[in-house]
Amino acid sequence: MLRLLQIEFHKMRFSRATKVLLIIYFSLFFSIILFASIRFKFGNIDFQLADQGIFNFPYIWHFNTYFAAILKIFLALVIVSMISVEYSNRTLKQNLIDGLSKKEFVLSKFYMILAFSVASTLLIFLVSLGLGLIFSDFNEVGIIFSRMEYLGGYFLKLMGFFSFCFFLGVLIKRSAFAIGALFVWWIVESIIKGIMMVQVQKNEITDWLTPFLPLESMGNLVKEPLTKLGIVKSSFNVVKDSNIYWYQILIVLVWTAVFIWGSYVLIKKRDL
Amino acid sequence: MSTFLKIRNLTKRYGSLTAVKDLSFDIEEGNVYGILGPNGSGKSTTLGMVLNVINPSGGYFQWFDGQMTTHNALKKIGAIIENPSFYPYMTAVQNLELVCKIKDIPFSKIEEKLELVGLTDRKNSKYSSYSLGMKQRLAIASALLNDPKVLILDEPTNGLDPQGIHQVREIIQKIAGQGTTILMASHLLYEVEKICSHVIIIRNGKKLYEGSVEALDADHGYFEFGVSGDAAELINFLKSSSVFGKVRMDAESKKVTAILNRPMEASEINKMLFEQNIVLAHLVKRKLSLEKRFLELTNNSSN
Repeated sequence: MLRLLQIEFHKMRFSRATKVLLIIYFSLFFSIILFASIRFKFGNIDFQLADQGIFNFPYIWHFNTYFAAILKIFLALVIVSMISVEYSNRTLKQNLIDGLSKKEFVLSKFYMILAFSVASTLLIFLVSLGLGLIFSDFNEVGIIFSRMEYLGGYFLKLMGFFSFCFFLGVLIKRSAFAIGALFVWWIVESIIKGIMMVQVQKNEITDWLTPFLPLESMGNLVKEPLTKLGIVKSSFNVVKDSNIYWYQILIVLVWTAVFIWGSYVLIKKRDL
Repeated sequence: MSTFLKIRNLTKRYGSLTAVKDLSFDIEEGNVYGILGPNGSGKSTTLGMVLNVINPSGGYFQWFDGQMTTHNALKKIGAIIENPSFYPYMTAVQNLELVCKIKDIPFSKIEEKLELVGLTDRKNSKYSSYSLGMKQRLAIASALLNDPKVLILDEPTNGLDPQGIHQVREIIQKIAGQGTTILMASHLLYEVEKICSHVIIIRNGKKLYEGSVEALDADHGYFEFGVSGDAAELINFLKSSSVFGKVRMDAESKKVTAILNRPMEASEINKMLFEQNIVLAHLVKRKLSLEKRFLELTNNSSN
């Protein structure tokens, strides 16, 4: 495993495009957080996002993981280009000839996906912990480390999403088209979701389909946290279930396995 | 001597097209093999299959008597296929380090191999800045990193300028001189003739000839006859004789050629014909050049 990670890391280390995307990703990561903690003063408006309770433990785990996950698209670009580059430079062929098996090739990419997901999760943990310690109204250890399942959800969400991107990259071989396909798929899912919603309202059936769609199932792991926020909750009076259930985790794990295994089958069957 | 690569009934079909058909041959230790054939005859497809990048439709191949999996066997060999493929944003050294990591070998040979192919000066330049000849030489350095037991080359001089061709050929000959087993695909006869000890000729994916280069060269030649009158008697006699294979008459020059099945001197056939009351106006014994022989072999199979 270490050897495969080293191989993958070596491939990425010298790529300028990858470096730029990673720098954008991590700087956006921090700038959003900085933005939230800045106090705005325009004349008589004195506003600080942090004062609205978004950085209170344990709510911060939910809030930060949800919003940080939006940035995952930058890492997705890295993932997609890391596979399309292998096709466009024909280095996949060369790797295989040099003695890497097709299984090892897919595994090395999957390990990289895991590494990205772990790194991002670790970062969001540290950043949230720091912000919480500064701004949170509650600082008891028991409260700080409660409801941390959102970090797990965040990790699985990234892993599943990156696996999907990887699969699209293998399937389409070109980064731009793979990202396009991702976008198209997102629209398809939205349409299905809309149709199901109308059906549910008309016929009073339960929505059996949408929770199983890949992007939707990944999104369900960390649902939007705003309705839980004090001011929103009191003004709209909606209660949304944002707990993570075992079957939601299972669906994402199954999708991840399908995407990785599917990529392997594609690479195995293809003549290079 | 052991068999490094065994190929049996290897077949590759692309839809209705059969690129390689029932191909079988062995690669023995210490020999230099050339796969010779016109463009599109299935050479690259064959090499692609034994290198694990093309899935065979039938038959099988076995590296080192099947003692290890194909991808582990590939770590022990060196191969260059078609165009060299490396990561354009890495330097030569960085690219070779990656190959070392894949092959699970230390970095210690990198400098030595770059020296061998004459790239030491440019070792820290990005691959994207290399000329085709330099790329091809880097590919050779990369294939030699593990001091391979077998070196596989697919059209190693394709697309190079004369200087590049000369350099690459020299390197290959140097490696062959060290006793490395080489399997090289080429459509250039003289290249194979120069470098290889054994030759496998294929056309349309089928094997036409397999043997040493000398044996291919050592045909018995052919006679060219000319008579002043009617040639029918001469042709009938030649055709009835077991000494000759193909007999044919050139419509324009009215000369008859007959290919020999066994060695025979010109005086001998002259005497035989004279005894048959056939008087020759013209008699020449010729040898087929390797080139002609190759064309003969590849053209015959199309009829």
